[in-house]
Amino acid sequence: MFGLKADWSLEVTQRYFTLESYTGADARWCPGCGDHAVLTAVQRICRDEQLPPERTVAVSGIGCASRFPHYMATYGFHGLHGRALPLACGIKARRPDLHVWVATGDGDCFSIGAGHWIHAVRYNMDITVMVFDNNIYGLTKKQTSPTSPAGLKTNTHPLGNPLPPQNPLSVTLAISNVSFVAQTIDWHPMHLHATLHAAFKHRGLSFVRILQRCPAMNDHAFDELQRNPEKLSLLTHPQGIGIDGSAADRFPNQQVHDPSNLAAARSMAEAGIPIGLLFQDETRPCYDHLTSAGIGTSIDAKLRALDGALDRFAV
Amino acid sequence: MTRDLRYLRAITGDPSTRVTVQRERAQKRPQVIDEHIVEIVSDSGEGAQKAGQIFGAISAKMGNGVWTVEIIPAEIKPPARSRAGASGIRIRFGSNLISNMGDAANVVVALNEQVLYGRIDSGAYKQGTAVLLENKWGKDASPEIVEQYQTAVAYFRSRGLVVHELPIEEGCRSVTASPRLGKNMFVLGILCWIYNRNLDKALAEVACAFARKSEEVRALNRQLIEAGFAFAQAHLTMHYDVPARPQRTPLVVMNGNQALALGVMASGMELVAMYPITPATSASHYLSEIFHDVGGFVHQAEDEIAAINFAIGSSFSGKTACTITSGPGLALKMESIGLAVMAEIPLVIVSVQRGGPATGLPTKVEQGDLLAALFGAPGDAPKVVLAAATIEECFHLLIAARQLAETFRIPVILLTDANLATGVQPFPRPKLRPQWLGLPIDQAPWQRGVSAYDWDEKTGLSPRPVPGQRGGEYVATGLAHTSGAKVAYEPDANEWGLTMRSRKLATLQQTLKPPAVHGQEKGDLLVVGWGSTLGAIEEAVDRARADGLAVSSVHLRFLSPLEPGLKQIFSRFRDIVTVEINYSDAANSPRNAEASRRYGQLAWLLRAQLLFDIDCWSQARGQPLQPGAIYQEIRRRFGLERGELACSV
Repeated sequence: MFGLKADWSLEVTQRYFTLESYTGADARWCPGCGDHAVLTAVQRICRDEQLPPERTVAVSGIGCASRFPHYMATYGFHGLHGRALPLACGIKARRPDLHVWVATGDGDCFSIGAGHWIHAVRYNMDITVMVFDNNIYGLTKKQTSPTSPAGLKTNTHPLGNPLPPQNPLSVTLAISNVSFVAQTIDWHPMHLHATLHAAFKHRGLSFVRILQRCPAMNDHAFDELQRNPEKLSLLTHPQGIGIDGSAADRFPNQQVHDPSNLAAARSMAEAGIPIGLLFQDETRPCYDHLTSAGIGTSIDAKLRALDGALDRFAV
Repeated sequence: MTRDLRYLRAITGDPSTRVTVQRERAQKRPQVIDEHIVEIVSDSGEGAQKAGQIFGAISAKMGNGVWTVEIIPAEIKPPARSRAGASGIRIRFGSNLISNMGDAANVVVALNEQVLYGRIDSGAYKQGTAVLLENKWGKDASPEIVEQYQTAVAYFRSRGLVVHELPIEEGCRSVTASPRLGKNMFVLGILCWIYNRNLDKALAEVACAFARKSEEVRALNRQLIEAGFAFAQAHLTMHYDVPARPQRTPLVVMNGNQALALGVMASGMELVAMYPITPATSASHYLSEIFHDVGGFVHQAEDEIAAINFAIGSSFSGKTACTITSGPGLALKMESIGLAVMAEIPLVIVSVQRGGPATGLPTKVEQGDLLAALFGAPGDAPKVVLAAATIEECFHLLIAARQLAETFRIPVILLTDANLATGVQPFPRPKLRPQWLGLPIDQAPWQRGVSAYDWDEKTGLSPRPVPGQRGGEYVATGLAHTSGAKVAYEPDANEWGLTMRSRKLATLQQTLKPPAVHGQEKGDLLVVGWGSTLGAIEEAVDRARADGLAVSSVHLRFLSPLEPGLKQIFSRFRDIVTVEINYSDAANSPRNAEASRRYGQLAWLLRAQLLFDIDCWSQARGQPLQPGAIYQEIRRRFGLERGELACSV
């Protein structure tokens, strides 16, 4: 530290983390993949918030996006296909001191893990959930995903996806105890960063759907939105996600939306492509308050309680 | 209470136990017996189990050895008076240790005649079993029911049962206007008199069992028991004394699922993640009542897979967790168990086994999960597999499971079954030890330069970084990985990881002792068992040894790794047979060539591992094995006729 003499018996405990503190293995995603942008945004937020890497855990399931923990220098758990959410909730259950980030995809979360998605939102534990939604299965090479648009030709539907896509925003907003729902795009780093930052700061489960480009398996999926940004509807509100003027100028179509209004959020989700914070309510109960009750109970107290329990069975 | 004694004319019985009105009550002296088996069977919802549990607890508290087992229909509310709908309980109690449910019952109390058919079919009774049968159905308004009743009574007598038709409901009417719900307590009173139970102790036990009910209900129960007791005293000649054996150590009495729950608490684990499944769920019910007293939490997950992944997450975070399930749940969890093996996450998985495959026999016992536990996951997934042989072991093996899981950084599967789950037995009260509860999680900085899987080549063991430990950051992954937790792209790296994970089991095996042989160390026949059959097997072996047969038994608690020294033990016997509650082809079943015979699960394992020609004898009838059945099978293997044991009707 500046100004301190080396022989002063001062214990300097202050640590300062840089982006490097969060940089793990070299990311092996394809060039042009939207995942790189998300990784950078998360690392910046960790740095901005000075999260100790040893108290930060990146959790994922299976898919391209789920390689995410390997590229962080924090603790991480790269679990099974579809199971990132119960894994993350379990990590948080008895360790409320840990910051938990979940990286999952449209297949991982909305298809094989759909049951967990519904219930994790309802548990509303204090974790940040990022769904990398590229409307396709990438790692397994171009199969139809729940969010693939109707007609999209894939290896499992060479004549085109016969079904209308799932609307993850509507579904999430319909789950009881939902507390944070936002949507952002990987090709607007400022909005991406601001959204994930708001999600991180949120108390409860924050659900962020990230429209994410996959140049390898679903190129051009979002070309239309990039060429005609007026098709995106930027949600603005003092309680919403704020980006400054020039960055906001990239969104010609802006709409004021109060994120405390669930009914309005639900209609937003049904109409057009809203970008920003659809809904937030920090007063909703968080399950971690229950799961973490009793942490630190002393050995003596435990033995006393056990003895009392055995008494009830004593002959 | 018995203002009207006309019904006694209806009471009949065989000469030895004829029921008559005893005028000289004071002179009735109980006949001293070593042990008895009693059943109470009824329609579901009539409280037979409650009455039997209380009777078992009273007997245990009076110093008897006791084993109770519930008779459970698969449906919550099967139709009334249905043959398959029998709900009830069996209590075997005696002067000595009782380790299993025994063979045929001596006395059965039945609240209707129909429920007895299924019990007879399952071999629960013998010639001379006394049936105390509710007689109101013989006087029912419906001629159809009266006819059913009369047909049944005639049939039971033709099978050699000694039927006593008793006005049970009528007896209750002196105390309550709605006797249907109180009959069980009246029956309890009858049994208390028959077996010379201390009425004060019985009333105290009942008061304890209904502590949460209103004073009104408790008073009614007390009156019903007293009425039943007085009724039996007045009208029954059956009167026994089962002397207590002096007890030096304090005992507790509970069922296997309660023992599991207490084991979880005593192991220091703070989280159980579960999904409801019969017959495992009652462990979580009990935990949900008391876990918070030790700072723990039961998470009811949205499904079995979520439950185990939640537990894995908690274990990864440093708080080793437990998930409790049964066969179908174990199947669903299998991929995740593989993840815990691969990522070396300590984890305890309990499977309270029931009949399979698929939904199988949800409420009934089977030892069907052994091979699934060992080999259910794809690839090579070495894990520790333990099996509890007694209710006491449900408690202690759970503590061992947590410690093994953490020491060896491995998932541990503990197998129990429906027989242990619902059986109730007294056992020495555990002496709690603080070290069972484990240490607080290590948050000291991780030693620089030590990788996340710093495998010791000799043992396969490695220290485990826990989130919060600075410098220990790593990514646990289900992908093949290097010792540095990096994805393994090299062929050698995968092979090496597999080798190290496998080596842990070999290391563990070296710390184990060979199992004790029950009986002589050498002989003609060795019976090998695992799990809840311990008591029945040893009782059968003891009877056969009393016949002069050179038979011994060995019971395994560790199935993966196997306990050491089995080859040496096996080599000292001419024949070896496993006795199991699961399916196997009979040796002489049609179309079976030697190479196509499918063996009981332990036999498969031992044959493969030890290269002995091990035979098996197994039954998958959804019932605990009866010691008499095992005994007869042992005699058959010695070329002998059926033994003297009373056979079931």
